[in-house]
Amino acid sequence: MSENTKQVKQLDRVIIRFAGDSGDGMQLTGDRFTAESASFGNDLVTLPNFPAEIRAPQGTLPGVSSFQVHFADHDILTPGDAPDVLVAMNPAALKANLGDLPKGATVIVDTHDFSARNLVKAGYDANPLEALDSPGSELDGFNVHPVDLTGMTVGAVKEFGLSRKDAARAKNMFALGLLSWMYGRPTEGTETFLARKFAKDAAVRDANLTAFRAGWNFGETTETFVVRYEVKPAPMAAGTYRNITGNLALSYGLVAAGVQSGLPLFLGSYPITPASDILHELSKHKGFGVTTFQAEDEIAGVGAAIGASFSGALGVTTTSGPGIALKSEAIGLAVMTELPLLVVDVQRGGPSTGLPTKTEQADLLQAMFGRNGEAPVPIVAPQSPGDCFDAALEAARIAITYRTPVMLLSDGYLANGSEPWRIPEVADLSVIDPAFATATNHTSTSTAKDGTVTETEEFWPYLRDEETLARPWAIPGTAGLEHRIGGLEKGEGHGNISYDPANHERMVRTRQAKVDRIAESLPPLVVDDPSGRAKVLVLGWGSTYGPIGAGVRRVRRAGYDVAQVHLRHLNPFPKDLGEILARYDKVLVPEMNLGQLSMLLRAKYLVDAVGHHQVNGMPLKAAELAQVIGELVAQAEGIPADQLDLSVATSQEVHQ
Amino acid sequence: MTLTPNRTDLPTPGLRSGTESVPAYEGATPQTGKDFTSDQEVRWCPGCGDYAVLKAVQSFLPDLGLRRENIVFVSGIGCSSRFPYYLDTYGMHSIHGRAPSIATGIATAREDLSVWVVTGDGDALSIGGNHLIHALRRNVNMTILLFNNRIYGLTKGQYSPTSEAGKVTKSTPMGSVDHPFNPVSLALGAEASFVARTIDSDRKHLTEVLAAAAAHRGTSLVEIYQNCPIFNDGAFDAIKDRDTKADAIIPLVHGEPITFGVPTEDGRATKGVAHDPATGGVRVVEVGDGPGQVGEGDLLVHDAHNPDPSVAFAISRLTDAGYLHTSPIGIFRQVERETYDDQARAQLATAGATSDADPSERLGALITGADTWTVV
Repeated sequence: MSENTKQVKQLDRVIIRFAGDSGDGMQLTGDRFTAESASFGNDLVTLPNFPAEIRAPQGTLPGVSSFQVHFADHDILTPGDAPDVLVAMNPAALKANLGDLPKGATVIVDTHDFSARNLVKAGYDANPLEALDSPGSELDGFNVHPVDLTGMTVGAVKEFGLSRKDAARAKNMFALGLLSWMYGRPTEGTETFLARKFAKDAAVRDANLTAFRAGWNFGETTETFVVRYEVKPAPMAAGTYRNITGNLALSYGLVAAGVQSGLPLFLGSYPITPASDILHELSKHKGFGVTTFQAEDEIAGVGAAIGASFSGALGVTTTSGPGIALKSEAIGLAVMTELPLLVVDVQRGGPSTGLPTKTEQADLLQAMFGRNGEAPVPIVAPQSPGDCFDAALEAARIAITYRTPVMLLSDGYLANGSEPWRIPEVADLSVIDPAFATATNHTSTSTAKDGTVTETEEFWPYLRDEETLARPWAIPGTAGLEHRIGGLEKGEGHGNISYDPANHERMVRTRQAKVDRIAESLPPLVVDDPSGRAKVLVLGWGSTYGPIGAGVRRVRRAGYDVAQVHLRHLNPFPKDLGEILARYDKVLVPEMNLGQLSMLLRAKYLVDAVGHHQVNGMPLKAAELAQVIGELVAQAEGIPADQLDLSVATSQEVHQ
Repeated sequence: MTLTPNRTDLPTPGLRSGTESVPAYEGATPQTGKDFTSDQEVRWCPGCGDYAVLKAVQSFLPDLGLRRENIVFVSGIGCSSRFPYYLDTYGMHSIHGRAPSIATGIATAREDLSVWVVTGDGDALSIGGNHLIHALRRNVNMTILLFNNRIYGLTKGQYSPTSEAGKVTKSTPMGSVDHPFNPVSLALGAEASFVARTIDSDRKHLTEVLAAAAAHRGTSLVEIYQNCPIFNDGAFDAIKDRDTKADAIIPLVHGEPITFGVPTEDGRATKGVAHDPATGGVRVVEVGDGPGQVGEGDLLVHDAHNPDPSVAFAISRLTDAGYLHTSPIGIFRQVERETYDDQARAQLATAGATSDADPSERLGALITGADTWTVV
């Protein structure tokens, strides 16, 4: 593409939101922009946001789909609180997203769909683009660029003989081309991608490529845009990187768990948003011995996984909160039979069907307690999209080593969000030893009437390893170890049915002790307290790692001390957590629920945890967190409210 | 009376055997029923039909000629679901209704196992109805023994999905208003590839049906009429009573006309089953040359291998929905159809799961993908 002669302005970070109708291809556009930014070397975090309906009524507010990408020349943690740039493909997209923009933000609007009918559908009384300069206009104070993206797209691809409707569908590539020009993104990746994606239809392929290039050239030649921006690559640790979403990383982590343990992976699953992509992804990897069983319902999914585990595979079931509710009884069976099992819960807004495509962390207590009886289940939670890989491996380590179901709590934000991921060396991944039982483990003696003592070698399925308290895993096909397990209470050691009260008491306590014992295998927590003087600790878990980290950085930039700890293990808690909590005057626990971790911490450590709760289906925002953290720091440090200056920490920077 | 064995079904020529990928027993001493008997005390009520089935299964298993450690019994919840505890094989007593799903995982993950499900009318047809029909349509290689006593036993006597309408039980003091399932009709409707019915008290027929079911590759459903002496005693008296059973049991023998009833002095059948032009189904007829009777040559010849399940379904409808007076017994249907687990394993093999390529190298290539950049 031609030499650019326009002014180039340096920025350290930019947040762009692409928004349009569900059918406008905004997710694809965002994905491509992300891939271009990733290959350019920026750090980045993304936030796709789309309706639960596949095609909500066209042009309406509920039908708006968006994709936000935050890219920077430095290490960033969140998709950004407020976009610097909004690309709105129709009136509804403008209406639905404008409220999230700070004044001064750039708005690029496709004017083509601003017809009277579409304006009404979006809830506009008048065309907001017609009163741009009049004070009181809702677009007053924004840097608005009305452009007929659709019209120009149709014009550019005329030669390919597509219908007007099909030609117009390439408008998202025109928009991508324009934004790619504006931010100096490399274009080769998108060109290759389009050629591959539309390989079967030359006209569609050429139309998309042409629209993409036309968008770039429009930026280059038009006088509407006078400035290009440059966001330099971010310094990152040496290594090979790729962009990855949480669901993809989690899928790869499961495949890796199979390879590292030498066990065939067996996924029993029923489709559910936002977890289905894991089923789709794993179904592509049969070559790794991965079986994917799409069951008739959630219960059959976990049932088949338990059966596979019994027979010596690594059984996995993937779902979201409603599915966990259905699987609860079967998870209890896995607790009782002490079989390895991975239960992946990609959390979404609840209760009931709730908000299928939005994020939430409100299944923690369900994961912890959502079964009948005393049924402890270890819980592991990833903290970022890429971390889903490591968290899946860690969950598998616990499940296999301790012969227990393990809950892996991801969420909608991690599932669909993406970030650059440093690809690990397979040689550096830990090996998991399934350590199948191969021989009898108990000698029974019986004395006949004549006094002769007979010794019999037996296999006792509930005779435990002293260190881990795990029982032996003897799989069918192993001669001499035939045994029966089930949901009825087991006799200690021999594992036969036992209704003995004292035995039940011992077994309940032993199952709990086994899960507690996992804490012995956990590394010390990482306490991020650079000054060592902080009086406030911010403690989080799961996907809030990014927003909390960003909020903490902002508060530190404003000159205040604050410490951060993030939990990967929610059950059992790491051994040093209690001591760390006791070190700080105040503990803040931000969560995307009404205080579930707070409740567990208060119960276990008698700590006066302060909650910060948000359940709007969206990730926490760094500026809001900075305000909350700052106020708590002020209280702890005795700073009068009127002297607390968080302006650096809570400002919405706008770059254009 | 002992029913004529279904010899043509043992095994069907051309079909892959249900146990052909399970390692054979090659020990020096022959296996006996005792080898398959665990040390656990059997805890069913005195007189329970489950004892007879357990004994029959324990004596039958050695005949399979398989290694004991490669046999797995899975059950749900209910009286009959205690079954696995009494067999010295691998076993799992799972949760209510879910045994077919657990067995699906086992059978799909391991080709070298002979997988059996033991379930009851409440377990399989009520709480677990969904898993049963889906196992049948998928045709996972396993044998399902459905003990049908037409009552809930373990919860002490409520009506079940096979209890007759009007049945007075603890939960239906004015009589049940539920219409019952016919398990054989249900299985045929779910396109099961092997469907049979037998009786707890007829050891010989039970054993023959078990042998045919085990030899069948795919999901074999065997309904076993089983008497509950405590909560539903006498439910099957008509087909067990010496005086009535000849008129009550309609034996199904592949390739032979369907006849029953007390035979004439010269040994000819008195009753039979024939097509019913009025309904398109089948009906019970009197055999003979008299008015209203049907000649032997016009009786329905049972074809268990008919690809179309309609006739087998029509035959299954000869079972009384109310108190049992008449019931067809035997193998209703046995057809060849690809199994879910064989096909799933074949896809794994096609995708290279059995290749020698280093899995670590392949994993490295997978997680690296096509679009990467390197920071030095």
